[in-house]
Amino acid sequence: MGVSTHTARQGIQQRHRADWRGWKFMWPFALVFVFVFIVPIVYAIYISFFQKRMIGGTVFAGLANYQRLFADPNFWGSVGRVALFTIVQVPIMLALSALMALALDSMKLHGTKFFRIVTFLPYAVPAVVSTLIWGFMYGARYGLVASINSTFGLNLDVMAPNVLLASIGNIVTWEFVGYNMLIFYSALSTIPHSLYEAAAIDGATEWQIVRRIKMPELRGSLAVTVIFSIIGSFQLFNEPSVMKSMVPGNAISTYYTPNLYAYNLSFVGNQANYAAALAIVMAVITMAIAYAVQLRSMREQMK
Amino acid sequence: MSASQTMSIREQEKQARRREKERERRLHKDEAAERKRAAKSGFQNPQNPRRSTLLTVVCGIFALYCLFPFFYLLINATKTQSDFVSTFGLVGGHSFALWDNIVQVFTYQDGIFGRWFINTILYVVVGAGGATLLAIMGGYALAKFRFPGRKIVFAVIIGAISVPGIVLAVPQFLLFAKLGLTNTPWAMIIPSLISPFGLYLMWIFSDQAVPNELLEAARIDGAGEWRTFTTVSLPLLAPGIVTCSLFTIVATWNNYILPLIMIKDTNWYPLTIGLNNWKDQASTSGGTAIQNLVITGSLITIIPLVIAFLLLQRYWQSGLAAGAVKE
Repeated sequence: MGVSTHTARQGIQQRHRADWRGWKFMWPFALVFVFVFIVPIVYAIYISFFQKRMIGGTVFAGLANYQRLFADPNFWGSVGRVALFTIVQVPIMLALSALMALALDSMKLHGTKFFRIVTFLPYAVPAVVSTLIWGFMYGARYGLVASINSTFGLNLDVMAPNVLLASIGNIVTWEFVGYNMLIFYSALSTIPHSLYEAAAIDGATEWQIVRRIKMPELRGSLAVTVIFSIIGSFQLFNEPSVMKSMVPGNAISTYYTPNLYAYNLSFVGNQANYAAALAIVMAVITMAIAYAVQLRSMREQMK
Repeated sequence: MSASQTMSIREQEKQARRREKERERRLHKDEAAERKRAAKSGFQNPQNPRRSTLLTVVCGIFALYCLFPFFYLLINATKTQSDFVSTFGLVGGHSFALWDNIVQVFTYQDGIFGRWFINTILYVVVGAGGATLLAIMGGYALAKFRFPGRKIVFAVIIGAISVPGIVLAVPQFLLFAKLGLTNTPWAMIIPSLISPFGLYLMWIFSDQAVPNELLEAARIDGAGEWRTFTTVSLPLLAPGIVTCSLFTIVATWNNYILPLIMIKDTNWYPLTIGLNNWKDQASTSGGTAIQNLVITGSLITIIPLVIAFLLLQRYWQSGLAAGAVKE
């Protein structure tokens, strides 16, 4: 009995004494993180309440920037564009990734290794370079599309304003399909193979194994890939920014996506305060959607 | 004497590698034989199923899609500017101009491309290297210690992942401008030091690859926390570290928005911004189109990363797999 009270007391003591050792390893990350993340965000919130006036310089403006933003059709147009982009592109890309991961994991391919590398390879290409390559291919004056048009007497134009978003979607899909495939694939490879054997002995068909064993395992990683993809496509910037000068006319406006709008506002239009308000609203929208879609499963892992 | 010793070690390594290769070849042969036997007897081993040609062809189409731009890039890097504009996109030009193009890329504008290349390597070594180091330590701390504020740290970091880059970029620029850091390598390096994804990866990996019992044993033996970390944990984390550094290297090498905002001085451009600048040159008044150089430069830009991926595939795949194995 004496022993048990002793250990119980020790347990309580341990629970009460904070264990600071972790900070020995955490502080360098935390320090830089505060400098490049927290301080800028706080600063952005701060300046979003100010306005630069012709007369009187920068003055406190309360919520004026936000009021202007909510009435800004350019802003809502850009949000609508990335929302449409997200709804169409993300499911296509993730479906392709998941199918490829299942195909690789089935071990039924000739040269599994080859396929695994090839599908992941586009991830190594910088967004600028992949947009350049695809942009050159899309080009109706000098690119591959031009070659095809002149050879077959067609008049294709994948950079026309009505299909431009889809063409950008193709570039983004190409860039990230392998990356998402890899996340799915590593989730599938956590399944112990003895499970498949057991299922096969029990007379499960291949399709049943996929549906009952593999699909549930994919669900966890699906939440992660969906969140990252939504965040990524709401932040769409690199591809339209690089393509801007490759597209004929003004098809990619300065407010094509929210990020492009914020960039042009602050670095071309010299309206950093308004851009800060825009960026904050976008951050809130993105986070709200990410939470709504499922941040819970990631938190579950956290325990 | 030490020279002969290293020689013998290298020799041993070579032999081990040869043996490994031989073993793989034998395994491959055995598996193929098993498949043949299984096909004959109508039984299938789920660990070694029959290869499906149909599935391979379908995936082959997909692989073609993935490889196509590389192919296009390779073909067009061999063309002169006039051939690029006038000849069919998927066949060679009138002359094979790859070497000319490469020489031109490195000599155009007094060899500024070489400078951009060196800048990129500097940003990757310091930025991605630092990011990996911070992620290893932070992930280890999150996985192995229950320290006060741990949950807040985690929530803040997960939240930070969903903050759009531009939210940070605008105020980061204003702050860095105040500190006089814009147009210097620091403007590129300091923000690159933080990789929330790297931290997440190392946290998951430390959680699984470093057993608590081992840490306890080291502590009982009187090792300090730092020593436990460097001698016990780091070697166990090695495959995860390779994976993490691969991702931070890609992130830094491919970064576009950060240098676009921070760096206006062409001498400090990384490759991505430099190439984009060359591409835009044609659209400025009086600029000559140098698309052949943009394409060849793009090819040179992606080669190091593609090679890294091919060489490290064993590491990052085993890294991801080892991080995933939990029983």
